Amino acid sequence: MAGSIEHEIALGAGRERVSLPVLGRIHEWVVTVDHKRLGLMYIVGGLVFFVIAGLEASAIRLQLAVPNAGIVPPDSFNRLMTMHGTTMVFLVGMPILTGFFNYLVPLMIGTRDLAFPRLNAFGFWIWLFGSLLLYFSYIGGDGLYGAGSAPDVGWFAYAPLTERAFSRGNSTDYWILSVFLTSVGSTATAINIIATAFSMRCKGMTLAKMPVLVWLAVIVSFQILIALPPLAAAQVMLLLDRFAGAHFFDTQAGGSAILWQHFFWIFGHPEVYILVLPAFAFANEIIPVFSRKVLFGYEVMVAASAAIAFISLSVWAHHMFSVGMTPAGNSFFVASTMLVSVPTGIKIFNWVGTMWGGKIRFKVPMLFSIAFLLQFLIAGLTGIMLGAAPFDWQLTDTYFVVAHFHYVLVGAILFMIFAAIYYWFPKATGKMLSERLGKWHFWLFLIGYHLTFDTMHFCGLYGMPRRIYTYQPGRGLETLNFVTSLGVIFQAAGVLFLVINVLTSLRSGDSAGSDPWDAWTLEWATTSPPPAYNFASEPVVQSRRPLWDLKHPEDPDWNYE
Amino acid sequence: MNRWLSLLLVLTATPALALAEDWGMGQSNAKIPPSYIFDHVSTPAREITTLAYFSITICAVIFLVVGGLIVYCVVKFPSRGDDNREPAQVYGSNPIELAWTTAPLLIVFVLMLTTVRTIYSIQAAPRPPDAIGVRVIGHQWWWEFRYPELGVVTANELHVPLSDPKHPTPTFLDLESADVAHSFWVPRLAGKTDVIPNRKNSTWIDPHEAGTYLGQCGEYCGTEHAMMLLRVIVEPRADFDRWVAAQKQAWSAEPAVMHGRQIFETTACVNCHTVNGTAAQGRFGPDLTHLMARVTLGSGVAMNTPEHLKIWVRDPSTMKPGALMPAMNLSENDLNDLVAYLVTLR
Amino acid sequence: MAASPIIASDSRTEWAKTLPYKGRVGIYLLILTESSFFSIFVVAYLFYVGKSLTPPFPRDVLSPPIVNTICLLSSSVTIFLAVRALRSGSIGGFLLWWVVTLALGLEFLIGTAFEWHKLIYHDGLTISTNLFGTTYYSLVGLHALHVTVGLTLIFLVTILTLLGHMEGRHVERVDVLSWYWHFVDAVWIVVFTTVYIIGR
Ligand code: HEA
Ligand code: HEA
Ligand code: HEC
Ligand code: CUA
Ligand SMILES: [Cu+2]
Repeated sequence: MAGSIEHEIALGAGRERVSLPVLGRIHEWVVTVDHKRLGLMYIVGGLVFFVIAGLEASAIRLQLAVPNAGIVPPDSFNRLMTMHGTTMVFLVGMPILTGFFNYLVPLMIGTRDLAFPRLNAFGFWIWLFGSLLLYFSYIGGDGLYGAGSAPDVGWFAYAPLTERAFSRGNSTDYWILSVFLTSVGSTATAINIIATAFSMRCKGMTLAKMPVLVWLAVIVSFQILIALPPLAAAQVMLLLDRFAGAHFFDTQAGGSAILWQHFFWIFGHPEVYILVLPAFAFANEIIPVFSRKVLFGYEVMVAASAAIAFISLSVWAHHMFSVGMTPAGNSFFVASTMLVSVPTGIKIFNWVGTMWGGKIRFKVPMLFSIAFLLQFLIAGLTGIMLGAAPFDWQLTDTYFVVAHFHYVLVGAILFMIFAAIYYWFPKATGKMLSERLGKWHFWLFLIGYHLTFDTMHFCGLYGMPRRIYTYQPGRGLETLNFVTSLGVIFQAAGVLFLVINVLTSLRSGDSAGSDPWDAWTLEWATTSPPPAYNFASEPVVQSRRPLWDLKHPEDPDWNYE
Repeated sequence: MNRWLSLLLVLTATPALALAEDWGMGQSNAKIPPSYIFDHVSTPAREITTLAYFSITICAVIFLVVGGLIVYCVVKFPSRGDDNREPAQVYGSNPIELAWTTAPLLIVFVLMLTTVRTIYSIQAAPRPPDAIGVRVIGHQWWWEFRYPELGVVTANELHVPLSDPKHPTPTFLDLESADVAHSFWVPRLAGKTDVIPNRKNSTWIDPHEAGTYLGQCGEYCGTEHAMMLLRVIVEPRADFDRWVAAQKQAWSAEPAVMHGRQIFETTACVNCHTVNGTAAQGRFGPDLTHLMARVTLGSGVAMNTPEHLKIWVRDPSTMKPGALMPAMNLSENDLNDLVAYLVTLR
Repeated sequence: MAASPIIASDSRTEWAKTLPYKGRVGIYLLILTESSFFSIFVVAYLFYVGKSLTPPFPRDVLSPPIVNTICLLSSSVTIFLAVRALRSGSIGGFLLWWVVTLALGLEFLIGTAFEWHKLIYHDGLTISTNLFGTTYYSLVGLHALHVTVGLTLIFLVTILTLLGHMEGRHVERVDVLSWYWHFVDAVWIVVFTTVYIIGR
């Protein structure tokens, strides 16, 4: 799958390459510093890992489909659970989103590459290395004590379970290094994105005229720069504990288990917004185009996103309501947590405002976006319930939480990633994806998604904790879990349709032309796929929607901005 | 479509075949109502339920309104293929923005106040001097319960007296961990409180209804996190006192099982287990002095019957893979005698 | 095909002048993220102040490294002078101040080395002795690591200058490097306050 897309792009990115032998073409991709190719490599890599992590999830659901099933043994289950979570966040979410930013930001601000192309390539390869390291732990994690392979500490790896005393062998070390390296990669990209957006905009594009997607890319990048270091630092401390005999999180020597939780969630909560803001960014581009209306409240949208990013730096301990903080501490984090809903609400309302009175075209990207709106709404509201600390004392670490965050991670982010793939695939490859297969993909995945994750909420209410490799019969959990597992089949089928769609469209899709959606931002002003140098001559813009101005000279945007 | 059906069959068939033995726990659980969190029988759980219903209602309303708007747009504004003139472009409107900023702010404010009130009423509840105190110690993967005032030590099954709503007799739990982080959770009695090494946490319950309540470790703590179950047995004060009295008894020697006892005290058992009135004073594993007074084994993996005991002692990992008790590989006879001895630990 | 909104852009260059230099933006961002990284170690240090279960304790073994501090801080001034010299086109003046900076930085590293030697062999404090050791060596060590990186870069530039590859037009890049060095010094002020003033 990977190979063939890249091949097609290679063909696209400049006709002269067709003659090159396969090896030469691969070599080209390895040494490239072109933001478009690196972006695609990020995305394809992320999708490959998505399939892997999805299959891990399928194994988890198979084991949990019926009470005390014996398909997956306890240790293997815990590894699957940890690998699934870690992979989905660091090897699927992050790369796909950075990938899209890599690809789109320079095109959207009308420049020829990112500010530091080599740094960009470095970021990708260090990410890939880190990712492979994580999966190498299946082989290399065995370590001296023969303590199994692959990390089994959960994706937030609470101390002291990660200390030598409780986690022998090296699997945990692979987890630490892998996560550390991937976050180094993300940091590199973040610096690159901001520098590009600040220093490389095409003529006439003031900050106030940047496409919203670029604004959100900048905001997310700032969040990465501020929120990822705490994780990296905590990882370094943990390594010191495990290798140099330090005592940061060693409770036997007076170390604190809570400190790790604070450090992790100071990263962990902003991280979830780092993942969701790009999804918002896609929605900001796609919803207007398919509603045929300009985005409602540009300034407010940007401000709201900035507010979300800012507030989300102060809510981390809502993941720790049950560790026994003081009532005052709990109250503070309740307040900050619930406050986030205000700017988030503003965004939802503005999207509604954008659709209002429009002429909505229900193409596949728009279908995914509409599902995203409703699902994110629900996810956010369950988040608010979790934010009510005492309610959270019941819900924390149950399947209600699992349901909540899959509602965001799958129902919002994954859905918007799918939307983005259908929306920008024509630009990247010059071929349209099939609408028919796309609709199959959408409906199957939608059904599967709701079968799986709606029911999960109730597993939680009926007292089912997360991260359990099995549950006993007679506790009223059988039916719920069975339905949950059924859903996976439909989701898998949906994903298969995406894979088929991509492969067939690459070979025999209708050609896209430069502007298949009749859209308004600069990336649609150049050919599909864009040449290596993006634009024949540097564009000059006068408003936020240069192509709108071009198509409607009678009333251009700059009259209203 | 039948393509999916066949897949479906595969998925359903495989686990059915792979079903493992449940050591009688299934039937036992079935007799106990599910631990539905809103099905409260204790003050903390009740106050949480009230707050929960309140926030769920608010969220439901918000969902209906906002979801309604989205659906309305989808139904009302699809493009009618024929004319391809663009709709009127609306760039924004500050009054509207202001409106949908303040409305949520107000809702959030209300939600926040109610939540904070509940936090204080549960967390800051005064501890009456006569309240029973229990030290709950989490171990990988079982629970140790110590009643300092009553001089009782037991495991995995917590006995507490019924509390009369009119003049409540709450039980306060002081939570500590011997190894990694766990979380003490009995849904129908109270929310979770984490059990964290090198830190003292506490929580409290005052059950209004006699009965058995299922609980479980709520924080991932390693291999057998899933099987770190617990039960709370709530009984009228009189029965509770009777139970305490029984628990205080040391083991009264029964000549018939002397050989079994010998084996127990000559094998490693004594390093990890305590049997009051004998040489066995280990603290690594559960106190076995009144083993047979417990309904379950291995923190709820199996019903506590002589047969199961025998399977457990022969090799705990058949019931609880990864359990920190080694297999002792004893001869069949020794095993029988040993179990015969264990069975006398009432 | 490409329906581009392009009025062929001749005057790109004036426009570009209105945008900030990307290298500078980059270094500011690097400093931002590094600060966040350091602050976590500082927090950890403060969190564990006075929580060590076993001696040695800070007050018994730590004495503020005044000389080191003076050297490191003054090196910030010298590197500033170096850059200014380069901007005014005097390679010689640049080289002079640059080498002084290098020397001052080296002094700091050596000083730290001696301090650690004393702590390890005389006071028997290692990273695994107690929480003080753990946090002290990791925080101070992390800073020392940054000094080392800075010095390596400064050293490379010195070599290049000696080989005569330094020219006035490189001033922007050298300036960027100097900003990293200023940051390393600023961090030392924080570390010093944390370890030798609050921590004792
Ligand atoms: C992209 C990911 C994402 C997003 C966007 C969110 C958004 C939110 N999350 Fe979520 N969350 C996760 C991913 C995410 N979360 C993950 C991965 C975990 C689990 C980690 C782990 O334990 O493994 C988690 C866990 C988690 C917890 C901890 C649960 C526990 O472990 O005990 C809490 C508790 O407060 C919480 C709350 C919230 C809140 C309040 C929001 C808010 O941002 C939601 C705001 C949105 C709305 C409220 C809807 C729209 C608003 C309106 C229509 C306006 C009107 C509404 C009101 C006035 C209420 N989340
Ligand atoms: C982006 C993030 C993301 C995504 C997309 C998903 C997707 C899914 N997750 Fe994920 N999940 C997490 C992030 C995510 N998860 C995290 C962070 C945790 C916490 C981990 C922890 O507790 O530490 C978690 C935990 C978690 C649990 C709880 C485990 C436990 O606590 O014991 C479960 C259980 O049901 C689950 C299920 C699923 C399912 C069924 C999907 C489905 O949506 C998956 C759908 C995809 C597929 C079914 C694959 C399809 C592929 C094919 C069909 C092959 C295609 C063909 C070829 C090319 C060969 N997840
Ligand atoms: C290395 C320590 C160790 C040794 C030796 C040991 N046990 Fe255990 N034992 C444990 C631990 C730990 C548990 C709790 C396991 C769990 O529930 O996860 C346990 C549980 C038990 C239980 C179940 C108690 C309950 O209420 O659930 C019985 C019975 C038992 N052991 C008997 C024995 C006998 C008999 C021997 C000797 C032949 C023995 N143990 C030797 C550590 C040990
Ligand atoms: Cu103990 Cu989970
Ligand atoms: Cu959060």
